[in-house]
Amino acid sequence: MEIPYTIETRHDTGLYNAKLGIWLFLASEVMLFGGLFASYILLRTGASEWPHGSTYLNIPLATLNTVVLIASSVTMVMSWASLMMNEFKKFKIYMGITILCGFLFLIVKYFEYSAKFEHGYFPSNNTFLAIYFTLTGLHGLHVIGGIVVNSYFWGAGSKMWFFQPKRFTNRIEIAGLYWHFVDLVWIFLFPVLYLL
Amino acid sequence: MKSTTQSNNKTHHEEHSELNFWKKYIFSTDHKVIGIQYGITSLLFLLLGFMLVMMMRWQIAYPEQQFPLYNFLIPFGVIGVIIMFIGGLQPKLNTVVGVCIIALTGLFWYLGTGEERMPEGIMLPEFYNQLGAMHGTIMVFLGVVPLAVGAFGNYVMPLQIGAPDMAFPKLNMASYWVYFIGGVIMIASFFVPGGAANSGWTSYPPLANIATTGQTWWLLGMVFLITSSLLGSVNFIVTIIQLRATGLTFMRLPFFVWTQFITSFLLLLAFPPLEVAGILQLMDRVAGTSFFMPSGLVVSGQIFPATGGGTPILWQHLFWFLAHPEVYVLILPAMGIIAEVIANNTRRPLWGYKYMVYSIIFLCFISFIVWAHHMYITGMGTKISAFFQTTTMIISVPSIVILSSLFVSLYGGSIRFNTPMLFALAFLPMFGIGGLTGLPLGLSTSDIHLHDTYYVIGHFHYVVAPGTIFALFAGIYFWYPKITGRILNETLGKIHFWGSFVCMNFIFFPMLIQGLQGVARRMYDGGQQYAHTQNVLYLNEVMSIAAWVMAVFQVFFIINMFISLRKEKQTDTNPWKATTLDWTATTSPPLAHGNFETVPEVYCEAYEYSVPGDAQDFKPQNKQ
Ligand code: HEM
Ligand SMILES: [Cu+2]
Repeated sequence: MEIPYTIETRHDTGLYNAKLGIWLFLASEVMLFGGLFASYILLRTGASEWPHGSTYLNIPLATLNTVVLIASSVTMVMSWASLMMNEFKKFKIYMGITILCGFLFLIVKYFEYSAKFEHGYFPSNNTFLAIYFTLTGLHGLHVIGGIVVNSYFWGAGSKMWFFQPKRFTNRIEIAGLYWHFVDLVWIFLFPVLYLL
Repeated sequence: MKSTTQSNNKTHHEEHSELNFWKKYIFSTDHKVIGIQYGITSLLFLLLGFMLVMMMRWQIAYPEQQFPLYNFLIPFGVIGVIIMFIGGLQPKLNTVVGVCIIALTGLFWYLGTGEERMPEGIMLPEFYNQLGAMHGTIMVFLGVVPLAVGAFGNYVMPLQIGAPDMAFPKLNMASYWVYFIGGVIMIASFFVPGGAANSGWTSYPPLANIATTGQTWWLLGMVFLITSSLLGSVNFIVTIIQLRATGLTFMRLPFFVWTQFITSFLLLLAFPPLEVAGILQLMDRVAGTSFFMPSGLVVSGQIFPATGGGTPILWQHLFWFLAHPEVYVLILPAMGIIAEVIANNTRRPLWGYKYMVYSIIFLCFISFIVWAHHMYITGMGTKISAFFQTTTMIISVPSIVILSSLFVSLYGGSIRFNTPMLFALAFLPMFGIGGLTGLPLGLSTSDIHLHDTYYVIGHFHYVVAPGTIFALFAGIYFWYPKITGRILNETLGKIHFWGSFVCMNFIFFPMLIQGLQGVARRMYDGGQQYAHTQNVLYLNEVMSIAAWVMAVFQVFFIINMFISLRKEKQTDTNPWKATTLDWTATTSPPLAHGNFETVPEVYCEAYEYSVPGDAQDFKPQNKQ
């Protein structure tokens, strides 16, 4: 007996297995970052003083990164849409751009981090920097995870397109949902850490 | 088109080539094998957790006295050797299990010696603390949950919903191995300098922040365990929603499936905050942050270099946000098993099935807003405290509904008193005691008196030991014929039951008395130094002896499991005459080949026992 609904949707739920799976996974991710944001609020309200983000952080660079990530979310959708329209070449291009954007984000982040370290700002300095490094670090790990997955689908994994196109399209949709989530987390992180 | 034939050919091919030992039993993606792997591993962890606590119980009853180590090491070692040679499993599996038990004995030997743990066989307080922390962690995260969810959930749930396997078999395998690695890290922490974690299973800072390296290992181990249960819970939920057989609507699901469903949601949503807590504590310990360290803290006479702003209370919030739902993770699958066993052995439908289902759904929601009832003495405001007291009283209602339903289900039934049923029947009053003793802990006025006394230990052990563990025993006796094709020996089973039942009460009831008297938990000498404990001190000996006697009765269980395997295989697929789909699958369903010969379809409710007008007293769900 094969496992049903790996590709087709189940009629009463309207979902294929992996799509439900990723939504559940994202729900747990919401709880993960939710827990961190809640900790942030508790620490901040409990602190006698709390620095404004701009005293430590580089807002223009982060704005650039926000733009980069949003752009990558758009190209991610385009890559999925290309598959839906049976245009594998376009998929390769859009997915390629998405991956590059991911790298760009990390490179900018690298410069941001090293600038912090040069100024002698470390997680151990104060609670603001501690939560800053923890939150952005964890988000960075998620970006790396996304890049790894996307690169696989761009490279070796894309062979699936030629014998199971529907399944492959589904996989890109799922990867996309994850990528949008990573993007969304950043959109919360940016104002919370840099602007408030 | 070409592609589909290709993939068909492949599966066809796979079906005919026998998988080798490693693929079949060790790195299997089949839910039944993974269930068995979880089962064996978690039973070994339960045994280890129990062995650790027996050392503690010796220490509490006879502090500063030399440890009679060899008295009980030898029987366990012997069990290992017996299994290795005459176990009755597949020969290689015998070796694997036997070696595991011998390793366990070896570990125990290691723990029971050594200058920094037990010089001259006398336990040091530091070591007592390690034992306590690791007993709690191992029992909860490596023993009961993996057994209840990983083993029973994995094995039984797909069969009960008529699915060929879990929705994501590879994730399933990954979840077992991640759990395994997490367990290994936990145990390995005993060998690092300074020993294992020693700040209790709750790992409260600031103590945990400044504890020895073992705590870092604890945190790493937890990250693995959390990841494992994340993979598992996603898999369970998707499987239950997507892979139910035709006709198996939600209200026709066996109650056990419902409990696994809700449990998975609890694991999915409650564990991430603990992961957050773990990450933050890891940062505190290795990156010098101070999320949980207040400034100006004096440690060993010196101001601790914390950078300010942090608070240990934050840990408590994050921890209990997980750990309260966690108690339902422990108890819900247990209730599911009990419901199956009771319906089956009373030969009647469950009374109030629908209300039981609504209850656990409701319980799932409320369990996320009661966590701070563990924190009444942290100095929270009366308004907040009132909120948590109210929600705590509300959450006791669904448990009472479920328990009452199960009690009422007995009424008028023609009860079969087999071993699973005995365990199920004992579960009811034991869990009842556990639940009722919890109420005073939910009200801040009484909790302030009882907090961190042995009363708390007694309360939750009534829930988890004679409660959950009994349910798990019931489940093992109940599903053993499905898994192995052999029924466990009833006489040995009954000796095991009565022995455990009597001993459990002698272990845990005195704890309630001691606690009311004010004996604090986590005291390595059992309170010898305090005047107010003197008149209940003798109970320490009672409890400890009972615990040791209980160990003896567990030997009957272990032996039973192995000698039954040597019996001839039964052909009857449904020895208990049960209605749910798991019993329509062939006995010990073939591994790695799907579960059912034909795709099952469901036509009726889960527990149609003694339907008037039917020739048989049970109507399987797939009968029209
Ligand atoms: C029947 C066997 C068991 C016995 C005799 C036993 C006994 C004990 C004792 C004496 C303590 C220590 C209290 C102290 O530190 O002073 C303890 C703690 C604990 N036990 Fe058990 N227990 C048993 C089974 C279980 C089970 C099945 C679970 C969970 C599923 C469990 C979970 C815990 C936890 C969480 C703690 C608290 C550890 C801490 O304080 O950090 N125990 N137990
Ligand atoms: Cu609680």
